[in-house]
Amino acid sequence: MKLNRRLFIGSSVVAAASLSAPMVLGATGKPRVVIIGGGAGGATAARYIAKGSKGAIDVTLIEPTRTYYTCFFSNLYIGGFRDFNSIGHTYGKLAAEYGINVVHDWAVGVDRDAKSVTLAGGGKLAYDRLIISPGIDFKEGAVEGWDLSSQNKMPHAYKAGSQTQLLKAQVDAMPAGGTFAMVAPPNPFRCPPGPYERVSMVAHQLKANNPTAKILIVDPKPKFSKQGLFEEGWNNHYAGMIERVGPDFGGDMVSVNPDEMTVTIDGEVNKVDVCNVIPAMKAGKIADIAGVTNDKGWAPVNAVDMSSKMDANIHVLGDASQQGDMPKSGFSANSQAKVCANAVRGALTGSKVFPAKFANTCWSLINEDDGIKVGASYEATAEKIKKIDGFVSKTGENAETRKETFEESVGWYNGISTDMFG
Amino acid sequence: MILAISMPWFAFANEVERGEKVFKKCRSCHQVGAKAKIKNGPPLNGLIGRIAGTYEGAKYSDAMQSAGAGGLTWTEANLDQFLTKPRSFVAHTSMSFSGLKKSKDRAAVIAYLMTFNVDAGMLAAKDDPAINAEILAMVGDVEYGEYLGSSCVTCHQVDGTDQGLPSITGWPSAAFVTVMHAYKNKHRDNPVMQQHAGALSNEEIAALAAYFESVQ
Repeated sequence: MKLNRRLFIGSSVVAAASLSAPMVLGATGKPRVVIIGGGAGGATAARYIAKGSKGAIDVTLIEPTRTYYTCFFSNLYIGGFRDFNSIGHTYGKLAAEYGINVVHDWAVGVDRDAKSVTLAGGGKLAYDRLIISPGIDFKEGAVEGWDLSSQNKMPHAYKAGSQTQLLKAQVDAMPAGGTFAMVAPPNPFRCPPGPYERVSMVAHQLKANNPTAKILIVDPKPKFSKQGLFEEGWNNHYAGMIERVGPDFGGDMVSVNPDEMTVTIDGEVNKVDVCNVIPAMKAGKIADIAGVTNDKGWAPVNAVDMSSKMDANIHVLGDASQQGDMPKSGFSANSQAKVCANAVRGALTGSKVFPAKFANTCWSLINEDDGIKVGASYEATAEKIKKIDGFVSKTGENAETRKETFEESVGWYNGISTDMFG
Repeated sequence: MILAISMPWFAFANEVERGEKVFKKCRSCHQVGAKAKIKNGPPLNGLIGRIAGTYEGAKYSDAMQSAGAGGLTWTEANLDQFLTKPRSFVAHTSMSFSGLKKSKDRAAVIAYLMTFNVDAGMLAAKDDPAINAEILAMVGDVEYGEYLGSSCVTCHQVDGTDQGLPSITGWPSAAFVTVMHAYKNKHRDNPVMQQHAGALSNEEIAALAAYFESVQ
């Protein structure tokens, strides 16, 4: 067998890891990993560390919800293509089949010197390695007039669950000829095509049930993910229904009044019937509490193992991390979790550490059987996770290709949910 | 069906390559592959496990049809006997070929035919460009393959469940390597797979093939 450079580097990493890996022992005699957040990053990391270490590492997963609703495919529920239960997942298998200690509680404190996590319920968990994968929180005051107390009148539906159900109910109850408004977020944010897939799904519902209704997108960004593909699809399927106001026309100067149900764009007041406010985002609060975020609100990490640049015993995964070129997506978080799990196992038990490789694909649905996708592969450099090569669906693709793309996304959903929850 | 290949896969791959050359002797009467048509003899896709004389629409001697009716089903072992001297094994077969005297030629051509004996998803691999022997002969590191394969199982389920995407477990390595290289060199056109395969070195593809072959 010929050795190429990549393999050679891989072998040196293996050698280095086995020389320098001290066994970290806890009270139970086993190294302890605590993971905060049971989504695509945290659940995957928990499962891979438990599975790979075969009981040699004590894994605790802290996740407040008993049933986790995935953000991915939640738009398809809004569009009537998925049943709500089909996007809900529980943690029973992770506990029963993988021996993971699943704690349904909120992590509210991290003591980095004592290496422990405090829970809202009062408990305390010691760790040798901590993995923080909390997803996103919203920046306070990001959209004038909106705060968490108004999320029932103007839902964000950007953390899936009751908010998603609420938004769908509001869309379905819109008066004939009414207006659905979306206040889109600035970069960087979770799921770059997400707001535009959502618009597509809302349009699909309205076209069937309320064809004279309108959709207004207020967007602070000059351009967005898969823009050409979405705009082509909107013209094909929902001609005349969707209007987008970009920053050229005041899309970045927006305020809302949840009591009056108005959206004000650069001084002009618009009365709307449903308003989906997706505010600017930052890393989930616990990353901030742990002190691993920067002034932009995200947690910078080393690409090679997703370790925090602030603390070598903490790793940050998924949306909360600032890692370089990968989009904030469930697929990315799942990919990062596997690299992290491999590195954490190596550090704690001396198992082989292989070179970091990452991948992402984001599928979006525009209309029934009209699926599109964008994806890329990535490698770790000293500075960041760096894109190697990528692809995106093309405009003008035939219906068969689009249908296959949608079917592929359904396969992916089944695959990734099994990969996360067992 | 999944083939049980008892020899190391790289040896099998070499055998297949030699078998393809030997098969030139058969080609005037038998076709094989996705576009195979009936010629003087039947197409040989899925030959192993076929009851003799039963390819629909093909012309057979009475002798071959009776052999099938009498219970002759093609296996690696009886193909080896048949190919040694066809008219000794099935007297009055219309196959005029005198036989392959060298046992290693028979083994090679049977190995080659076995690659056309896999299920539909893998059979498609026969349109894929041939992979050079050096690449096929690489020995994959199963443990590295398991790590790299964690990326594959984000979509393709590790228990072999096929829900909208093909199962990739239990494939013969040679087929796996051939398909991955067909994506890597953009002969196959799914962009997700092109991107994944394109990011992998030859050694890494070998590692994945070794791992997924080992997954039952």
